[in-house]
Amino acid sequence: MLKPETATIDALKAFVSAVKISDFREQVRAVVPANQIYDVLQFLNHERGFDLLVDITCVDYLRYRDATDRFGLIYILTNTVTNEQLIVRTFLNEPDLIVPSVTPLWEGANWLEREVWDMFGIRFEGHPDHRRILLPEEFAAFPLRKDYPLQGRGERHNFPVITRDNA
Amino acid sequence: MAIEIPENVVVSKLDSLASWCRKNSLWPMPFATACCGIELMATGASKHDIARFGAEVFRFSPRQCDLMIVAGRVVMKMLPVLQRIWQQMNEPKWCISMGACASTGGVFDTYSVVQGIDRFIPVDLYLPGCPPRPEQLIQGIIDLQDKIQREGTLSGAEFRIESRQQPKRALVELPGLPQIDSARNPVVWSSEIKSS
Repeated sequence: MLKPETATIDALKAFVSAVKISDFREQVRAVVPANQIYDVLQFLNHERGFDLLVDITCVDYLRYRDATDRFGLIYILTNTVTNEQLIVRTFLNEPDLIVPSVTPLWEGANWLEREVWDMFGIRFEGHPDHRRILLPEEFAAFPLRKDYPLQGRGERHNFPVITRDNA
Repeated sequence: MAIEIPENVVVSKLDSLASWCRKNSLWPMPFATACCGIELMATGASKHDIARFGAEVFRFSPRQCDLMIVAGRVVMKMLPVLQRIWQQMNEPKWCISMGACASTGGVFDTYSVVQGIDRFIPVDLYLPGCPPRPEQLIQGIIDLQDKIQREGTLSGAEFRIESRQQPKRALVELPGLPQIDSARNPVVWSSEIKSS
């Protein structure tokens, strides 16, 4: 994977002025405001050829040193023609944990967004199948949030006991 | 007056005979969810050859099995499946909890992994190891055979004693967490948080 071309970065800066570009170990990330995230991703898809959505993931910065926002939502994009890779991030805070779904841009976003919903409780507006993907549907928490205890709230022990008598 | 018994006649108890038949034709139900399942497969393969102990007929239908081998960690989404399969098996039936994860949850002390299947289904034999070697599983099957021979009855009366009715471990939760009833607890399981 290559860093994005200068033309890509310049075009992104021209498209959205509030973007913050930074660089760490050959990986370039662009932090954009949450209300512009869909426009930015649409621009990168349509105008700059980022045709592959590698992953959507999220970080909970609760009690994180120097953090000002609660959730960091991360989109990893790749242009399969030029091999550019770009990480687009946005920050979300309660109670506005909702962003537009990017399934119209990349069909593969369907399950990725369901997983972020499942683990962090971030809603994706306009998602065609907005359900939990891994946990049981009646599960009442979002377990990858930092305020959720590692050992859970007793969900793992919440089953009937089957003895020899009733088997 | 002694009764003449021909050479080819053996006198035994019916219970003992039934147990002898049962222990030598255990049909395992492989409930393999993790790396213990690989060792279970190795045990069934030609090198270790579980057929030497009459237990080679792995069946994937619980209705044809009488020995459940739970090989691997069981998560909370899988436990209802495990219980249903156990209930579908015919009596008499036995259960081996194979490996650290099935017995105690192992290193997976997290919100989703059941901390020992013996909290929710009866277990006859525990196998330590992470994962146990095939030799250990074979030793476990031999020990289970001994147990069947020792206490087995034709009527299955040995399953109805008090100690076999109780779950092996009480539902002890960690300090600070709410005590959980074995029935589904509405505090924990709510249908309110659903997708939009």
